[in-house]
Amino acid sequence: MGATPLALAGCDGPLSTVDPAGPAARTIATLWWVMLVGAVLIFGLVAGLLAAAFRRGRQTRDDRWHERVWIVGLGLGFSMAILAALLASGLMAGERLMPRPAADTVGVRAEARRWSWSFGYDAAPGRVTEDVLHIPAGRPVDVAITSADVVHSFWVPRLAGKLDAIPGHVNVLRIEADHPGTYGGLTAEYNGEGYARHRFVVVAHDAAGWQAFLRGETE
Amino acid sequence: MNALRRHRKLTRVWASEPGWRGWFSTVNHTDVGRMFLATSFFFFLVGGVLAMLIRAQLATPDSAFVGPEVYNQLFTMHGTIMMFLFAIPTFEGLAIYLLPKMLGTRDLAFPRLTSYGYWCYFFGGGMMLFSLLFGIAPDGGWFMYPPLTGPLYSPGINTDFWLIGITFVEISAICAAVEFCVSILRYRAPGMSLDKMPIFAWYALVTSLMILTGFPPLILGSVLLEVERAFGLPFFQADLGGDSLLWQHLFWLFGHPEVYIIFLPAAGVISTVLPVMCRTTLLGYGWVVAAAVALAFLSFGLWVHHMFTTGIPHMGLAFFSAASTLVAVPTGVQVFAWIGTMWKGQPQLRLPMLHILGFFVTFVMGGLTGVMVAIVPFDWQAHDTAFVTAHLHYVLFGGFVFPILAGIYYWLPLFTGRKRFFRLGEWAFALIFVGFHGTFLAMHWVGLLGQRRRIETYDADAGWTAINFVSSVSGFIMAIGLAMVLIDVLLHWVVAVRGERNPWHAGSLEWVTMNPPPAYNFASLPHVDKREPLAGDPDLPVRLAKGEGYLGDPFVTWRETLTVEAASGRPDYLVIYPTNTRLPIALAAVTGLFFLSLLIKVYWLTPIAVFGVAALGWWWVWSQGRQSDLGPQDVGRGLSLPPSGETDRSPGWWGTAFLLAANATFFGSLIFGYAFLWTVAPAWPPPEWLEPSLLELGLGVGGVVAGSVGTRVAARGNRTGGAGSSGLLIGLAGTVVAAAALSTLMLRVPAPGGHAYGATLLVLAGYALFHALLTGLMQVFLIARIRRGYTSPRRRAEFPIVGLWADYLTVIVVLSLVVAHLPGMLG
Repeated sequence: MGATPLALAGCDGPLSTVDPAGPAARTIATLWWVMLVGAVLIFGLVAGLLAAAFRRGRQTRDDRWHERVWIVGLGLGFSMAILAALLASGLMAGERLMPRPAADTVGVRAEARRWSWSFGYDAAPGRVTEDVLHIPAGRPVDVAITSADVVHSFWVPRLAGKLDAIPGHVNVLRIEADHPGTYGGLTAEYNGEGYARHRFVVVAHDAAGWQAFLRGETE
Repeated sequence: MNALRRHRKLTRVWASEPGWRGWFSTVNHTDVGRMFLATSFFFFLVGGVLAMLIRAQLATPDSAFVGPEVYNQLFTMHGTIMMFLFAIPTFEGLAIYLLPKMLGTRDLAFPRLTSYGYWCYFFGGGMMLFSLLFGIAPDGGWFMYPPLTGPLYSPGINTDFWLIGITFVEISAICAAVEFCVSILRYRAPGMSLDKMPIFAWYALVTSLMILTGFPPLILGSVLLEVERAFGLPFFQADLGGDSLLWQHLFWLFGHPEVYIIFLPAAGVISTVLPVMCRTTLLGYGWVVAAAVALAFLSFGLWVHHMFTTGIPHMGLAFFSAASTLVAVPTGVQVFAWIGTMWKGQPQLRLPMLHILGFFVTFVMGGLTGVMVAIVPFDWQAHDTAFVTAHLHYVLFGGFVFPILAGIYYWLPLFTGRKRFFRLGEWAFALIFVGFHGTFLAMHWVGLLGQRRRIETYDADAGWTAINFVSSVSGFIMAIGLAMVLIDVLLHWVVAVRGERNPWHAGSLEWVTMNPPPAYNFASLPHVDKREPLAGDPDLPVRLAKGEGYLGDPFVTWRETLTVEAASGRPDYLVIYPTNTRLPIALAAVTGLFFLSLLIKVYWLTPIAVFGVAALGWWWVWSQGRQSDLGPQDVGRGLSLPPSGETDRSPGWWGTAFLLAANATFFGSLIFGYAFLWTVAPAWPPPEWLEPSLLELGLGVGGVVAGSVGTRVAARGNRTGGAGSSGLLIGLAGTVVAAAALSTLMLRVPAPGGHAYGATLLVLAGYALFHALLTGLMQVFLIARIRRGYTSPRRRAEFPIVGLWADYLTVIVVLSLVVAHLPGMLG
């Protein structure tokens, strides 16, 4: 439904963060649009004030007036108000995206190496897939991310933000796909010569398809 | 004596050697400043060519212009050159050239150090250029994350060029920062109290203090990574007790302040040029200074915002997110103070003003996207995409290149004494402005569509083709504009007609000098009683040229200036400068030999180079000073001041204090690294702790305390007419004992190649041992000075300097020994 206007605005694309297909990416995309509108308004204000400085026949004021208006009013007051509001909404959004315990959470493991990914599944011990991550659609998935060699980053732009794969550490990222489908994944930390082609795919299954995958019936 | 004869006399004393030979022996700030600027703009050109190659590669999908092994060098070197070989040196060059003129004095505090810094930059930059020409340039990205840049995944020499070459270049930044701090605080015209200082000097002071505290973490990181690569001591390998995150912390502890180190000098240019363009004074001088200081403090609290995706707990991120948004407040204060300045005055659309408007538009947009990426969830999407590339170019090009271009066009008449003739500059500005926004505006969007930074190719069906093509074409338009600026400046320099003095009708002191300025700047030094001494006093240049200020006596044969008390601006003492010498270039060359021996792993050369540095350093210090008392000297206007060698707080003492501040940051970063690995790295605790030894601890602590006390006793002995060398001999013996204790510690460190714990202890003990040897050398030096009659109760300045080093040694040795022995004692 939302795809048509998005396509007109040039938002769609296999790797587009502004064409979200899951709750985390949607929250962040909304945050982006709000910030964009705010930034355009602020930029317009500053540009207007700059242009107005070239007007002739302005009323002359003393330095004290200028200091009060420009530095205390706009510099301190205006900046702080905007930033406080933005910071609060950002922190709340961030808290919402944290991997909180939930009943139907699925656990998977992602290990990066130059230049491939291997994925393991808590619900199917021993099952390992290369460069394709299978998840159930409509359920939160916690991806435990680590690296076998250098620093990488796990990123599925249409589903969620990215999180680094760091040797010796395990980071957990919550992703979720609204609907079954295939979503492009990228390694997003420069890692040498194969970097540009270091990609993977996330396949989100419906409930039946997920069970079939766990039973080993799909590749 | 008339002004012309005075000029000739002073020129004879101050002039560099004629012709190109002068380049190698000059220590004059005007010369070295010009050399810095010429070299840094050469590197701007090189970095720009690399940028064009990057844009050529990305112009079309599936491009086969260069392969990844070349492309990776291109973007790594583009970032590295622009940051380390263009932006920082441009600030150094501009400040070296301008500061003494603005502050109303004749040179910077340490002229030979100015020159040494330049040659370190020149040789270090040459190393980087060499690697680029031969296709063995660094290719790990300009922030060089290990383990990718570690010995396992980057075995070639490429990474070593970065770690060693950039560390070499950073010496020049540290030298300049020390020198600026001392010069701004002490080398000003009499009467210029801190609140009357030109605003640019405030910005340069804040920037210099940031360099002193921001660069040491990176230097430490580079040393550790190079030691890991060359000698196998693990610091960043998770399975051996290291952690790659340590590098990220050290790098961004430097890297974020670095952004403000680049922006603040440019803001200083804006604060200086903008009011002149608007025929008024800067609105809210005190507020702007406070904002710059606040920015400096805050910028050290937000390095983690480059690490939002590394899995740090969300509450931790919240703190850094708050700090990152808060930093926009002092930036906002400055921007609105500038707009208020425009409203207060009558802005005129002359060429520098055009670039300032370019700055406003570009930098405000960069600031707004900066606030966006400071918001953690958004950064999770934007991080490492073209969005961030676009953001950082808006901040750095907007916040540095536009202001610097404004500054270049503003000070060009001062540099050359000519006025603009060809009107290429306006066209160039239009091309640069349009080209820049065409290159980078849509790049935000392509980042949100999923284009990562640092990829050398992309598929046609990704939907990025049109934007990349526009970016590339616009990039070439911008390049043409920048090339036109270069042509404009060269034409101006060569063919334009002579211009009037102070063409902008500015009020600051650099316009008091002749254009172009003579080697001595001012024939006599002004007495300053307001912030804009030239405003409303058009006769000031003539009066100073006639010798009516301080130090107007033209019969001296040495280069002299005077210093003031830091806050009040009351005259304090007389300074006699060293003259033309090739010592700086020789010392820089031997320093380069040291770095080169490490780079090409010819280790038998290393001790020879170290000995060479020590010998030249000895000569450097020895050639200063006198074997007889000079006593207070008449400096004109009825004032008489002692020479700097006959005071307790000489320029050398101040320089040492600032250098030790940087050094302490280095040491603090090392302790931070130790604590960080202990608490965060996976493979801890280590298999075994160091066997504690009370004897070693006692000898080490006792030794450095004796070293400190002995040096103090010597200083007191000298002041009361005694010899002073007996105290120094006790001090030297103490230092030697401490060095022995540290050597045994280094030998006893368990398995330095097997675990980060042992590796860290080895570096810690090595650092302390190095300082013990250095302090011992200084104590020997001072004993030799006493024996040769270079000291007297009056000539006492060298004692407190050695005292500072001995005290610093005490602190670091005690701390190092305690953190080395404590775990074994407790465990």
